Amino acid sequence: MKYLIIKNFHCSEQSVLKAYQIKFLSEKFPKIRLYVFGLRAKRGGHFDRIIRVCGILPLEQAMPFGLLKYGLSKRYPSKPDFVAPGDLKKSYDIVIVGGGGHGLAVAYHLACYWNIRNICVLDKGYIGGGNTARNTAVIRSNYITPESVNFYAEAVRMYGQLSNELGYNMMMSNRGQLTLAHSDATIRSFRMRAEVSKHRGTEIEVVDRQTIKEIVPNLELDIHAQPILAGLWHPDALTGRHDSVAWGYAVCAMELGVEVHQRTEVTGFEVVGNRVTKVKTSCGDIQCGQVVQAVAGHSSVVAKMVGIRLPIRSYPLQAMVTLPMKPFINPMVSSTALHCYVSQTSRGELVIGGGPDPYELYSTRSSLELKEDLAGHACEMFPFLVDVPILRQWAGIVDMTPDYSPIMGPSELDNYWLDAGWGTWGFKATPASGKYVAQMVAQQKVPEVLQPFGVERFYDFGLVNEMGATAASH
Amino acid sequence: MVKRARLPGALLIDQKQPITFTFEGKTYQGYAGDTIASALAGAGQWVLSRSFKYHRPRGILTMAGQDSNTLVQLLGMPNVLADKTLITDGLQVEAQNYTGSLMNDKEAEISKVARFLPVGFYYRAFFRPKGIRNRIWEPIIRAKAGLGKVDTRHRGGYYDKAYGHYDVVVAGGGLAGMSAAISAAQHGASVLLVDENPILGGAMNYARADIKGKRLRARCAQLRQTIAESANITVMTDTVCNAWYVDHWLAVIKGCRLHKVRAKQFILAAGSLEQPAIFHNNDLPGVMMGSAAQRLMNLYGILPGKNAVVLTGNDDGYGVALELREAGAQVQIIEMRDLALAQATLHDGCVAAGLRIHYGSAIYAAKADRNMHHINGVEFGKIAGKGTIAKEHQQISCDLICMSVGYTPTYQLALQAGGKLGYDDDTAIFSIENLPKGFHLAGSLNGVFATDDVQADGQRAAAQALDGLEITHSLAADFLPVMVQVNHPWPIFEHPDDKNFVDFDEDLMVKDIRNAVKEGYNELELVKRFSTVGMGPSQGRHAALNAARLVAEATDRQVRDVGVTTARPPFSRETLGVMGGRVFSPERLTPMHHRHAELGGHAMRVGAWWRPGHYGVGVDRVAEINSEVRNVRENVGLIDVSTLGGLEILGADAAQFLNRVYTFAYLKQPIGRARYLLMTNEAGTVIDDGVACRMAEDRFYITATSSGVDRVCRQMLWLNAQWHMDINIINVTAAYGGMNLAGPNARKVLQKLVSDEVDISAEGFPYMGLREFQVAGIPAIVFRVGFVGELGYEIHVPATAAEYVWDQVLAVGQEFGIQPFGLETQRVLRLEKGHFIVGQDTDAMSTAEEINMTWAITQKKPFFIGKRSIELRNRALSKRKKVGFRLPSGITSMPQESNLVLKNNKMTGFISSVWLSPTLNAVIGFAYCAREDAQIGNHITIKCDDGTLHQAEIISPHFYDPDNARQKL
Repeated sequence: MKYLIIKNFHCSEQSVLKAYQIKFLSEKFPKIRLYVFGLRAKRGGHFDRIIRVCGILPLEQAMPFGLLKYGLSKRYPSKPDFVAPGDLKKSYDIVIVGGGGHGLAVAYHLACYWNIRNICVLDKGYIGGGNTARNTAVIRSNYITPESVNFYAEAVRMYGQLSNELGYNMMMSNRGQLTLAHSDATIRSFRMRAEVSKHRGTEIEVVDRQTIKEIVPNLELDIHAQPILAGLWHPDALTGRHDSVAWGYAVCAMELGVEVHQRTEVTGFEVVGNRVTKVKTSCGDIQCGQVVQAVAGHSSVVAKMVGIRLPIRSYPLQAMVTLPMKPFINPMVSSTALHCYVSQTSRGELVIGGGPDPYELYSTRSSLELKEDLAGHACEMFPFLVDVPILRQWAGIVDMTPDYSPIMGPSELDNYWLDAGWGTWGFKATPASGKYVAQMVAQQKVPEVLQPFGVERFYDFGLVNEMGATAASH
Repeated sequence: MVKRARLPGALLIDQKQPITFTFEGKTYQGYAGDTIASALAGAGQWVLSRSFKYHRPRGILTMAGQDSNTLVQLLGMPNVLADKTLITDGLQVEAQNYTGSLMNDKEAEISKVARFLPVGFYYRAFFRPKGIRNRIWEPIIRAKAGLGKVDTRHRGGYYDKAYGHYDVVVAGGGLAGMSAAISAAQHGASVLLVDENPILGGAMNYARADIKGKRLRARCAQLRQTIAESANITVMTDTVCNAWYVDHWLAVIKGCRLHKVRAKQFILAAGSLEQPAIFHNNDLPGVMMGSAAQRLMNLYGILPGKNAVVLTGNDDGYGVALELREAGAQVQIIEMRDLALAQATLHDGCVAAGLRIHYGSAIYAAKADRNMHHINGVEFGKIAGKGTIAKEHQQISCDLICMSVGYTPTYQLALQAGGKLGYDDDTAIFSIENLPKGFHLAGSLNGVFATDDVQADGQRAAAQALDGLEITHSLAADFLPVMVQVNHPWPIFEHPDDKNFVDFDEDLMVKDIRNAVKEGYNELELVKRFSTVGMGPSQGRHAALNAARLVAEATDRQVRDVGVTTARPPFSRETLGVMGGRVFSPERLTPMHHRHAELGGHAMRVGAWWRPGHYGVGVDRVAEINSEVRNVRENVGLIDVSTLGGLEILGADAAQFLNRVYTFAYLKQPIGRARYLLMTNEAGTVIDDGVACRMAEDRFYITATSSGVDRVCRQMLWLNAQWHMDINIINVTAAYGGMNLAGPNARKVLQKLVSDEVDISAEGFPYMGLREFQVAGIPAIVFRVGFVGELGYEIHVPATAAEYVWDQVLAVGQEFGIQPFGLETQRVLRLEKGHFIVGQDTDAMSTAEEINMTWAITQKKPFFIGKRSIELRNRALSKRKKVGFRLPSGITSMPQESNLVLKNNKMTGFISSVWLSPTLNAVIGFAYCAREDAQIGNHITIKCDDGTLHQAEIISPHFYDPDNARQKL
């Protein structure tokens, strides 16, 4: 049976043992992952292949003590997560512009599931340095439209297993998310979101004040002028270590042969007829088969380089974090009316965020007013936080579409694919977007789940409107 | 209680005022002016906290609030800086992050398995097999996280905000800042001088520049005097300029007040932060910065050790040594440089004083007792090369190690402003470049260290600021400072047992930084994110320089290319309470609000308004609403509609303006008539509606939805900013109180309140008519609309008289059976009549066509907002349509708004309004369904909350009085 090596474990120079993580390329066992151990051979100057298999273990039972090697070896057993690739090659089958979570996830899926390895990922800075680094790691699927619920629920499901799939702990933590209603109009929209999700089979419920008290005992229900009337409880929502999502994908993609070029800025494209023939970068030009754009925060800027106009406006989105404290809030709590959401990281810091700034800007500067608002509203929800110190505030740039949904699909050019318009909902979509955009590029055909998200919807009013479900509840 | 004598002449404490407080339940005494850390040090308690990862004992490092070693817990206040927070009588202080007791932390055992916990270890394990993380690891890891504890019963004090405007703001009241402030003020600029300490003077208060230690004190006194006499310098001490925002918008925090200050020119004179040397056990209590020891002695009168070792790589260490010696300590000096380089006045002073100096040497390890509560010795040797120490080691017993090996400029505010860091391998210090206009540097953070030069640099910065203010002056704009080498280029020494800390907050050692790079995280930002260096409470204040050096070495780059991680506000401690201030949550009450309360109205929030949903004792909400419905249908009811948006559009172009903004036609609307308003956005989606009353040729009084009026008004202003039409737009929502009198007896009630000359007969004042006359003696705008489907008068009167008119209407209406009704009742009434509500029966995609409102769209007009989109959308109609539906009244499971409409188990729409109509005795409602199913007589499937499926019949949405006979009475 044909198999694919997903992960190639490098052991120390002296070791005679070697391990792979493999999956079968047969349709019959799409999900089976195995660890294969064996003696390795010297070949071509490198110890790089197993010549005799000694054992096979299912993934679930392998390597329960990932830290043993650090404690037992004398020297730091470093097999680097990343190895800088050499210079850019002249040509790649697929060039992915943007080395954030999305770009790397697409690269990983192309390499791992579609066996396309001649890929390069370009980033003008360092991997995961854009919105992957700046988001507040809320992973949820409690949207309004069935199209979105389908897509994001897949992302939530994939996130739940991502640490194991990639062999990199992303500290996914199943906290649940509670969104607060302060008016009967909001309750009505909550019921809608719950109904749509329940119909699909996802557990999302409208809960009353009593239940809210049980879920978040220390939340102030009787906020002056804006008492909390009900909540939308999404028990599947996750939070995690956002940076590591990019790293995990990068590590696995690189092991499969994908080249990730950091500090390599795309400066332009050469278009001949209806095709992009060359990607111009600060490190030289590359010929390309297909191009995928995944540059959240600068989607319309990069698209403009290739002559595509996107219906996107870009705004700063800010957040802040407090000093770490012992855990006291389990779920993520958000209130659209107060423009504020609060969650506690696994380090114990409170992450507090809200809606985008009111005006367009391509600057990640912070502002005082936003911080004042966030702090005030956080204290309204949790009055005992008044004397908690703020550690840091920061900002990212979000690409907002008119309907608050992403753009995934082909463009007006034959070989240029869009993964854009990720507004405030990009991080939570990363695995699903990686999976389906990769499928789309590999098959040259838009998968059914992505069909509602094409850019053409803005020309024929087929919008996927999520306005009510995104503001201040990322 | 432990009580020890303090040194004489301490600047900040008053030994006549003892203060008692507790730490870890034990009582201590300090003095007025003492911080928690100084008072505890004064009593011999050096351990203040346990570290984040390895739970090592930690104590005073900087004495300047720059590290998390001194974070302690007050009641309800986690993570308070013990070296910045003053003691008060009875203050209860607890240490943080330990199990058992502070002095005997059970979790310190974790140090023993440190080798199994490499940098980024949490990415490597705790997730296999699948699902184990949530079940087993997460609860354990979460319990280990965090430092302090919050008390959920804690409530804060009073916080507020103030504003300030100055020509020049100087952050930092040391020599450079004082000099800059004086020079700027002397030329007439208004100056705000901010300093985080209780008194001005900065390092002049504790450091020394001459052997006797008198020069700086004398200069400080003289400058303080000048500032006190200067009329245009405002001094704020105990105050931090915590952030710089665009255009010199500064967050200045003093106590519980946030001062939001706009400066025309900004001078940063915040000095430098002393940096640690890195050697084994460099984190334990008893190891501190040279400046920390000087602060303890001079500011608080505390001798930090009797047997001191000063590790120095610059001349400042000799000042520390002299200070310690004078205070009575035994001192030895480990000088990292060779004799030839250490030739300064202070060095000679130490030699003269007979202090032993070990040249060309460095500390290999600090020694401590087994529980590591305090260091008790030092092991050192000759420096053999960069970062390495020769094999022969010497030992000295000591209880204090002072580190004077260099500084980083306090660059945080400069980097927030977009500044970039440079680094010169010779001086081994960061410099700041690329600052925005009007942002100036002065003093040591500008790379100027000699006393006279620092003062001159303050003047130079003032000169730049005055240039920026266009004030003429004669100050020297430039001068050549003396080169002073203050940084040792590599104060980092390896040890086989590690515990040589780079980042004290996050417990990161030299090998952790190196290993992070080895793992492939070769950009500083990646090193930071992977290892968490610089992510702790001090945000890299004491770690950034050495981390940059280590990363540069490991990646074979220059330190200046590696740089530091992005500096973000805030600079130092600020709390959520200070930032939030007094939180204003606006709420709006109608003029009749108190009457509703008296009448038993159940308040509900609509936008910022409170409105009665219905009236009654509240036992059975539905019954109470239905009773109000019946009374309107049978007699007459009165509802407060003051919240309805009111806008006046005045001017020659008023009708033309409405024609552009709304979909209907207004040019020919006669004076004295009301007309329906429907608003769409650029996508042709319905976003608001209301009524336009034409009061005069050039004057409309229009209504908008309660929650939409502010948005509508803002949009109108925005549009006219582009169109420049001859109109004025005034939001008069709050100027009028409104009430709707509706029901078959409405005319009889109104008749009683108007004079006989006013003709309110069906002919004299027809449906959609508009009149201005007095109601109960109050001038009113009255128009006839039929939202609830009955004969009705909408009466708008000045808000101040609205409660009076309301009372009068209810009084004269008694004999006709009048009852007030609420918002929820109104929703039922309008549903029966078949009227939609924007927001409830429309969503972000609804077109007028979908909701059967095309009659309100005039396609003949050349332009209105949304016209083009509506034309496009009419060409390819959407897949859904809004319909009216009916279910038999006997159903057991009542559908709710937002329940889904299904077709072959797929969602095709949803219910937007539904009620068991008391008038029609049937469940009626509006729903969106698939367009092909939207014919009268068809059935649609509705899924209730409990999963029950109902087959609802589609009927005309005009459920009640389809011929409009009643509203036209």
